[in-house]
Formats: sequence, C-alpha cells, structure tokens
Amino acid sequence: MKTKLKDIAEVIRSKNAGPYELTFDIIFKDWEIFEKACEKKIINEKVIADLYHISVEDVINIIEFKPAKAIKATIVRPMASGRLGETDVYGAQQHAPLVDLEVDL
Amino acid sequence: MSRELRVLSPTAILGYGFPMESFEEGMKRKPHVIAVDAGSTDPGPYYLGAGISFTDESAVKRDLEIMIKAARENGIPVIVGTAGGSGGEPHLQEVVEIVKSIGENNGLAFKMAVIHAEIEKEYVINKLLDGKVKPLHPVPELTLEELEKTERIVGQMGLEPIIKALEEGAEVIIAGRAYDPTVFAALAVKDGFDAGLALHMGKILECASIAATPGSGSDCMFGYLGEDNFRLEPLNPIRKCTTLSVAAHTLYEKTNPYILPGPGGILDLQDTKFHQETDNIVKVTGSKFVPSDVYTVKLEGTKKVGYRTVSIAGTRDSIMISQIESIIQEVRDRVKDNFKNADYKYHLDFKVYGRDAVMGSLEPKKEITSHEIGIVIEAVADTQKIANTICSFARSTMLHYGYDGRISTAGNLAFPYSPSDFKAGEVYEFSIYHIVEVDDPYELFKIDYVNV
Repeated sequence: MKTKLKDIAEVIRSKNAGPYELTFDIIFKDWEIFEKACEKKIINEKVIADLYHISVEDVINIIEFKPAKAIKATIVRPMASGRLGETDVYGAQQHAPLVDLEVDL
Repeated sequence: MSRELRVLSPTAILGYGFPMESFEEGMKRKPHVIAVDAGSTDPGPYYLGAGISFTDESAVKRDLEIMIKAARENGIPVIVGTAGGSGGEPHLQEVVEIVKSIGENNGLAFKMAVIHAEIEKEYVINKLLDGKVKPLHPVPELTLEELEKTERIVGQMGLEPIIKALEEGAEVIIAGRAYDPTVFAALAVKDGFDAGLALHMGKILECASIAATPGSGSDCMFGYLGEDNFRLEPLNPIRKCTTLSVAAHTLYEKTNPYILPGPGGILDLQDTKFHQETDNIVKVTGSKFVPSDVYTVKLEGTKKVGYRTVSIAGTRDSIMISQIESIIQEVRDRVKDNFKNADYKYHLDFKVYGRDAVMGSLEPKKEITSHEIGIVIEAVADTQKIANTICSFARSTMLHYGYDGRISTAGNLAFPYSPSDFKAGEVYEFSIYHIVEVDDPYELFKIDYVNV
C-alpha cells in the first residue's frame, strides 16, 4: 500500500541534537503501523540521504524506539548551528520533506 | 516503608514562567527540592560568546522569587542549572545579583552556593597538548588556532559539585553550565537513591510539562523518585502524562534515545519500561547509570567572527521573481566591484523566502511557486561599520537595479520598515564542542558561598 508519511504518522518533527546534528522523529499513529514500518524499513539511510540530497555517510543512525512507537533518524548538520549561512538555528523546520514522503507500507 | 524523594520542576527554562496554581499544587505535595534548568545551546552560539542571556531578566526574577520564597518557607533547597542561559561567568553573575535582590526585597536570609563553570583557555590548551580533548562525531578535531580564537569556554558539570554544595549546607544553589538532569538528581543521589533513575527522571523534569500532553514549556511537573522506579505527574489538570508523551519526550533532541552520554558515564535506557499508573501519572523503571572508566566533561566554546547588519525586504513583481537568482548575482558583483579598492572582507548573503531560505542546501524544491518572495540581505564583516556599508550598498543596488525586462522602474523592493537596515551586532560561531578527560569531577567547578 502506497501512502504518504503524514497519513500514518501523528508526529513528524526535526530538531538539533546538539549544534552539530539534526534529528528527525516520526511517531506513528498506531502500533500496527509502527511495526509494519519497522519490518519494511520504510525509513532507512538511503531514503533519508535521497530526501535531503546528502551522502549516506552523513546519516548518523536510524533508530526504532518502541516505547514511543517512533523511528528516529539523525544526520550531520549541513553546518554547525548558527554558522554564517545558517537558515534554521534550532533545526525545527527541516522535517518538511518527510511530511510528503511517499512510502510503501 | 520504601523511601521517596520528591522534586518540583516549575518550568522548562527559568524565565519561561508557570501558572501559580500549578506551582501551589506542587508545593502541596511537599517536595524535597525545587530545581530548574535555565539554559540550552539551542538558541545558538551568540549568547555564550557575548555573555548575554537569551531569557529576560524580569521574567527570570519573577520565577525565581516565587521559587525561593516557597523553598525558604518549607526549608528546602532551590537548585538552578546553567544559570543565565549559557552558564558562563557573566551569565552566572546576572542570576546571582537577581538572587541577592530577591533576598533583600523579601527579608530572607540563606546560604547561597555559586558554582562556576567557565573554563580558562590555558587549561584547555594544556589538556589539548596532552591529547585529552576529543571531538564527538561529527565535530572536527580541536586545533590550537580555533582555541585561540575562542571567546568563552564552559564545561558541563556533573552531579558531584552540586552534591558537594548541598553537603556544605547551601540552601540556594546557582550553578553555571550543568548537564541538564543534574540539578534534579543531585539531592537524590546524595541521599543514596539510584543514579540511573534519578538522572532519567531529571532528563524528563528538565523540560517540565513538555513531556505531558498537551505539552507546555511554561508549566510545572512533579517527580516522585522511589527505590526502583520514578513517577511523573503534571500539576495542571488540563495535562496528562501518558506512556507515549513521556517516551516521546525521551526521543527529543537526542541522537540515540537508548544511550545518553553525560559527565562521568552513560544513562542506559535499553531496559527502561514506561507504565501508565493512573490517568495522568506515568511510572518508569529499569533506567541504569553506567559509570565510565575515565571521567569526561563536555566543553562548549564560541568564537567571534564579526558584526552583522541585515535588511528585510520583499518583492511582488513576477518578472523580478523569475530572475531572482541572476539579479542576486549581479548585485553581488556590483558590491564587489564598487569596493574593490577598499580591501573589505565580508560575508554577503541573500535569503530568499519562498525559495529555500528555511532549508538552504537541504531544500529539495528549488522552484518558486509563490506570487511574492521575502528577501533578507545580510552582511557580516570585521567591523559594524563595514557590515553597515556592505548591507546598505547591496540593499540600495537591489532596490534600483535595472534587470532585463524590467517594467516597474520606481523600485524593486518593498521595505516594511524605516530604517530598512538593522545592526545585529556581534556574530559568534561554535568553535568547541568537545569532551575533556578530567582527573576529578570537581576540578573545573569552583564553589563560592555567599550569605544572603
């Protein structure tokens, strides 16, 4: 079943994890969807790298966090928070491409 | 009967405020300590470097006055971590002065501990030469050159200096840069409670009601620490802690929610379980603290890179919007040419809202689909005067620039303000975000006592 991430997630957010990393949290609507998402690995290093036009090496990790029925991805920030050229000091508005990401569940 | 230690966390950041009703509910539950985190690196490198707080002094005073008065009436300590937002010396002194005035205005007498966290550059240089300063991926290696340029360095203290201040009878503790959970966990660990549970509870309490649903950064949260579990209760009846809201908060701003490194060890949440105890209380078990072989402290430092001036404008002209990229390039070239004999070094940037100003290089959509765009012209240079010059010249050039096919010949930009340009002052960047091996957890964090 092809669907958009926003239709199966109740939270999609981004935030700095310290000034050098950017972390994305996707909290799914229910356990069944979460388990399917993990099983099908819909969020993996390649998906994140392609979505943000970065290299796979810059995807630090993808973690399934069961207590929150969440999958989390962390990437190297394009630049340390607040450097010249910064666009989003808190990193709170970098989640947008994930919202419309098409996934096969 | 098993022991219990109770902690009241009034707000996510000192100065963000809280409703009095929630605070009073908290005091009814007879806390053993009122603790609050006052800082973060989130607002970026400026505040640490400039020695300025990102919170407002009057708002900090309002929160702290309520906390200290209630704590003195009940004979319990107040602990503030990362005072003044960044926890350097000027930040710490600002809060110390606020505490003194609260004491005087309310006729209160108490023993205050001031724990310093600003680190001498000389100390870091010696540690670096000894090979005891290491980057945490993806931070680059620290060089002596970067260190020399650094304006201010702080270290994140662990539990130990705060426990020492408590043992020495401090009734109000104002700590410089501190690992966020420490202020909530110190009293518990001093009294022999499990450090893993105490620190995990602190990790959640440091954001107060953000871990509840609906979440809020300006409302109180209460923690009950037992022998083998802790419980969290929001104090506003409109909020609930659910296993999901608390677990979701454990993810927040972390690279790996199972393994959380801190001073002197890691917090291991691999066996942590979240249980819904009542409608609005969550019980947590299984969190462990694993001490490391070598005690490390995280250092944060920022360097000054210049002065900034910005100009904010917009355009609604479809012909201009369709050529915005080449117009920006031509304006850049004009600026460069006009000052080619002046030997100015500057950073000139145009943020185009409606295109990629929010995501920069991470933006997948490059085409503009909006009928209007916002443009922020930014100049950073070695002096404010040069930054003003570059920004002003770029702004006036762009305003009157005769691009190809232009039919709107009166001006290309709409400025919402007069003056159109804003001096943003000093600009800083992070230069240090490294861990240093220390011989003992107290060596970087000197404690002074003041009788208020």
